[in-house]
Parts: sequence; C-alpha cells; structure tokens
Amino acid sequence: MKIAVCIKRVPDMEQRFKIAGSGTAVDETGLKYAMSDFDEWAVEAALQLNEKHGGGELVVISLGPDAVQETMRKALAMGADRGIQLKTDAIPFDGLAVAHALAAELKDGGYDLILLGKLAVDNASGVTGPMVAELLGLPCVSAVSRLDVEGGRGRAERALEGAVEVVEFPLPAVVTVDQGLVIQARYPALKGIMAAKKKPLEVKPAQLGEATVSVTKMELPPERAPGRILGEGAATVPELVRLLREEAKVL
Amino acid sequence: MANVFAFAETRGGELRKVGLETVTAARRIADAMGGGEVHAMLVGAPGVEKHSAALAAHGADVVIVVADAALSDYSPEVVAATAAARISAGGYRAGVFSASAQGLDLAPRVAAKLGVGLASDAIAVDVAGDSITVRHPMNTNKLFATITIAGTPALLSLRPGAVLPVANAKAGTVEAVAPAMDPAQARVKVVEMREGASGKLDLAEAPVIVAGGRGLKAAENFKLVEDLADAFGNAAVGATRAVTDDGWRPHSEQIGQTGRTVSPNLYVAVGISGAIQHLAGMRSSKTIVAINKDKDAPIFKVADYGIVGDAFEIVPALTAAVREARREG
Ligand SMILES: Cc1cc2nc3c(=O)[nH]c(=O)nc-3n(C[C@H](O)[C@H](O)[C@H](O)COP(=O)(O)OP(=O)(O)OC[C@H]3O[C@@H](n4cnc5c(N)ncnc54)[C@H](O)[C@@H]3O)c2cc1C
Ligand SMILES: Nc1ncnc2c1ncn2[C@@H]1O[C@H](COP(=O)(O)O)[C@@H](O)[C@H]1O
Repeated sequence: MKIAVCIKRVPDMEQRFKIAGSGTAVDETGLKYAMSDFDEWAVEAALQLNEKHGGGELVVISLGPDAVQETMRKALAMGADRGIQLKTDAIPFDGLAVAHALAAELKDGGYDLILLGKLAVDNASGVTGPMVAELLGLPCVSAVSRLDVEGGRGRAERALEGAVEVVEFPLPAVVTVDQGLVIQARYPALKGIMAAKKKPLEVKPAQLGEATVSVTKMELPPERAPGRILGEGAATVPELVRLLREEAKVL
Repeated sequence: MANVFAFAETRGGELRKVGLETVTAARRIADAMGGGEVHAMLVGAPGVEKHSAALAAHGADVVIVVADAALSDYSPEVVAATAAARISAGGYRAGVFSASAQGLDLAPRVAAKLGVGLASDAIAVDVAGDSITVRHPMNTNKLFATITIAGTPALLSLRPGAVLPVANAKAGTVEAVAPAMDPAQARVKVVEMREGASGKLDLAEAPVIVAGGRGLKAAENFKLVEDLADAFGNAAVGATRAVTDDGWRPHSEQIGQTGRTVSPNLYVAVGISGAIQHLAGMRSSKTIVAINKDKDAPIFKVADYGIVGDAFEIVPALTAAVREARREG
C-alpha cells in the first residue's frame, strides 16, 4: 500500500514551559523537541501494515520550519521511504489552516491510506485528521485503537466512553491513531539512521489556509500547593477521611 | 440577538448527559448575546424525538429532530452533512458540540465543510460583547490558552463535565428534518457496538476517580481499587500506562499524556509512582490523594493528602472508612 503519515514536531512535554513576551505563545528558547507520540505510533502502524502486506511505500509529511526535517529523519530512520516538508516559518495554531496545506499536498498523491495522530500533544486539539478527510472527500475513522486492512477495505475499532465501536470502510481513507493501536514505536537501528541520511526529503512551500482560530492569551496553570504527607500506614486513614470531609469537602 | 446551534448527542437511542451540557452552554452564549434562540439537534432512529422535552427543559427553543431507521448508530458522514447543512442555512452565531468521542469526530468535519473556525476541547466559554473565546488546556495541562474564534458561525467543542446541565425551560418546538444525505450512501459503517460494563461512570464524567498502578502487583488486585470506587458511589476506575500495557486494565482507562486527561473533584492514586506522563493527565484534579509505600515517590509532590504505606493494608481500611462516612451522611 502507499501510505502517508502526517507527523508534527512538538516540544518535549517533560520540560518546564515559559510564556513568551507576547503573552500569546510559549517561549521557545532552549526547548527540546520530539515527534508527537500519536504520530510516532502512526508511523509504526504504517510500517507494520506494509510489512504484513509485503511491501508498499511510506511517505511522511511534516508542516513547519526547517527544524521539522530532524523529526522526519527520525521517521525515515524507523523505515519510512521519503519525506515532504511543507515549509512555513511557524506552525499556526489553527487546525483548519494546517489541514488545508496537508490536504493540498495529499490530494494527488495516490495514497491508499492516510494516517494522522488522534491529537498533537502540544495543541491537544484533535481536529486535523477529520478536517483533512473532509477537504479530500475521503472516508474517515478517528481515534482508532485497532486497524485491519484487507482487499481494499478497512476494519477499525474506536473506543467510546464505556463502549467500543467497530466500523468498516473502503480505501482510500483517512485514519487517526489512538493509543493501543501499537504497543510501542520501534527505535531506529544504527543501519536505519545511516540509511535515513540518504533518503529523499523534498521541501515545498506550505499552502496554509486562512486562520480561523488563534491563541490570544497563553498562561501557566495556577501552582498546586506543595504535596503533604499525612502519615504512615492504615492508622492515618481516619485523619484522611476527616480531611476529605471537612477540608476537601468531597465526602 | 443571536441564535445558537447545539448538537445533542445520543447513543443507542439514549440522550447522553453531554447533550444537555451543550444545550446549557448554547443557552448561556445566546443569553449573553442578547437572548437569541437555541436550536438543538437530535439524531437517531425513530423514537429519538422523545428526548425533546429534556432539551427544552435545559433551554432549547427549537429541537431539530433527524429520525431515520438507518441512524440508530452514529453515522459520521450523514450526521456531519446534516449538521453542516442546518448550521449554514440557520444563520447561527455559534455552534456547540461536545468534546466526547463522538463530538471530537463530528465537530471538525462540520467545521471543514463550512470552512469556519473550531475551538476544540473548551473547559470554559466566555462571551464579551460580540466576541467568543474559550479556555483550552494544552501541552499536557502545562499551559492554558485563551482561544478566540474569528468569524461566524463560531464552532466549539466542550469538554465533558466542563459545563453542568442547568434547567431553564423553553418551548422546545419540534421540527422534523430529513438527513442531508442518504444514509445508504455512507461509506463508513458501524458493524458492531461492544458495550463496556454498563452502569459504570465514565472517567470524563465521574466526580471521583480511583486509579491504580503497578504497585498493585497483579490484575486481580484491582478488586481493591474497584471496591474503593464502589464505596465512594460516584467513582470511576483509572490506570497507569504500565498497567494498561500489561493488559491488566483496558487502554480506555489509561490516564496521562497518551491516555485520558481528567480533572475530577477527587483523584486517588494507589501504587502509582507519579511519572511525568501520568501527572500530565491528572494534575489538574481538585484534590489528590496518594497511597504509595515509597515516601520519595514523585506522586507525593502533587498529593494534597499522602499516606506512606502498603496499599494492601491501607486501601481496604480506607474503603471501610469511606463506606462508614457515607452511611453517616
Ligand atoms: C511517550 C510516553 C508516554 C507515556 N504516557 C503515559 C500515560 O499516558 N499514562 C501513564 O500512566 N504513563 C505513561 N507513560 C509511562 C510512565 O512513564 C510510567 O512508566 C508509568 O506511568 C508508571 O506506571 P506506574 O506508576 O503504575 O508504575 P511504577 O512507576 O512502576 O510505580 C509503581 C509504584 O507503586 C509503588 N508500590 C509498589 N508496591 C506497593 C504497595 N504494596 N503499596 C503501595 N505502593 C506500592 C512503588 O513505590 C511505585 O512508586 C508514558 C511513557 C512514555 C515514554
Ligand atoms: N504541522 C503539522 N505537520 C504535520 N502533521 C500535523 C501538523 N499538525 C498536525 N498534524 C497532524 O494532525 C494530527 C492532529 O493534530 P491536532 O489536530 O493539532 O491535534 C497530528 O497528530 C498530526 O498527525
């Protein structure tokens, strides 16, 4: 199968964030970046599908500044065949603007399957996949935790609140990847890292749509009070219950 | 004056609580903008119109009923086409969806069809003059963004539990509308629904969450966690990734960076170390209790009340004490 995976470069979430002087964005000085978790799983899922079906092509697409090439190199090292950077100085917050650019690139690509993450762990919007599908007029299944493809048709499971929905759909289609679809993404082997350096990476201007939503203020969450240990062992339980009732008022 | 559209979610013919939340939020937006009408859309198999009264009671002036035998399960293409057609014809100022599994699938499709802005997963909605903004947690709850939605209609999806249903009786005139697309033409079809443990509260909706980690040692010991949840009476069970990866609990119960993000009134962490990826999903809980045998476990840094010790000794004692406390009222 010919598969495309859209991957986003996001800040590593283990860092402490600061607000930029503008008050509407995060201060990027000194931040480390990584591939968004769900996108890494999407790459892994695509590799596994092609391995299972004995071949195919995997193209990764990332929209952003030149630094996204590093993110794409990781996907290439994992086993993707080539990369396409949709170049823009800054990644807009607006999912619809990004979806327009991704759809414009994907439109004539002849892909059997287009995978995106359920959500990007920085924006946490979870809108881009279904938007891309609509713009392309393709069937879409979002937040998939199980996927089988056979004979031009897909079968997927998505977790709802307290239930699982099983759906069937024809290819080509857009699928967004949830946790559970793969256990863990593979680590690139040294051989893969070396090979990735020679794999093709095309750079094109991003045809972003007009922004329809924007961040007008960015804040840090209120600090939590420092933790408090009440005591040791079951003897502390009565004190805990008292506090839950009188102080926290949850009992 | 501005009319506002709300999508009232159903599943298996039942109206979900999040359906009342979207109507309540739409009512607030309409009232803040001068008292326009709220139009709530109900989709399902014939019979679904029986929920109109509940929507009217929470502020719907008009209930748009889309009833079709082929719509007993959620059909993304048909519902998106029908909602988009109505929103575009209805001249609404805003449209409110839930950020539930169904709403997160539906709202972006509608936004893309209409080419309008969508603010996703709002935990609060604000109207100032003619401008609609929402608050949205980002970067695993480490940042909070205020998002302005440009243009009309402004679409948003509301995190379950962020706005509680409030009674506000309106006429709720029923208007029957045909699906904007023949359901037989839908390409994506639900072929099976597997209900989880019915009657159990979902993580997003539960006021109390009792979560267990690898410190519980084995799948069967989650009985301890279930019993404690049961004692609270309004609790759901959660888990760490270590536990869901080992198959002790389903992935749908995983809380954290790559699982669910929750903010209940009370979060009880049992045998959980408090890895940064886990904290990402629960640190915004109002009150946090931690039970862990290691006094240096990072979970104690965010716990309002920590007890150091063996979960196998403390949890049963806590379960009994909570039952007792609730009996006393
Ligand atoms: C990219 C990425 C994404 C991730 N996403 C998530 C996520 O979404 N959610 C998530 O939870 N994790 C996530 N993780 C995993 C995370 O890093 C931790 O490995 C995981 O949360 C640990 O789970 P745990 O606390 O159950 O286990 P452990 O870290 O093994 O902790 C077990 C704890 O139990 C205590 N204990 C042992 N015995 C007892 C006893 N008898 N009584 C009381 N306490 C006891 C121990 O002191 C210890 O603190 C992610 C990791 C990565 C790399
Ligand atoms: N800048 C980007 N480049 C490539 N893919 C992206 C980009 N932004 C978002 N995506 C894709 O869209 C998914 C959902 O993102 P979001 O809607 O922002 O939560 C991500 O998991 C990616 O697959």
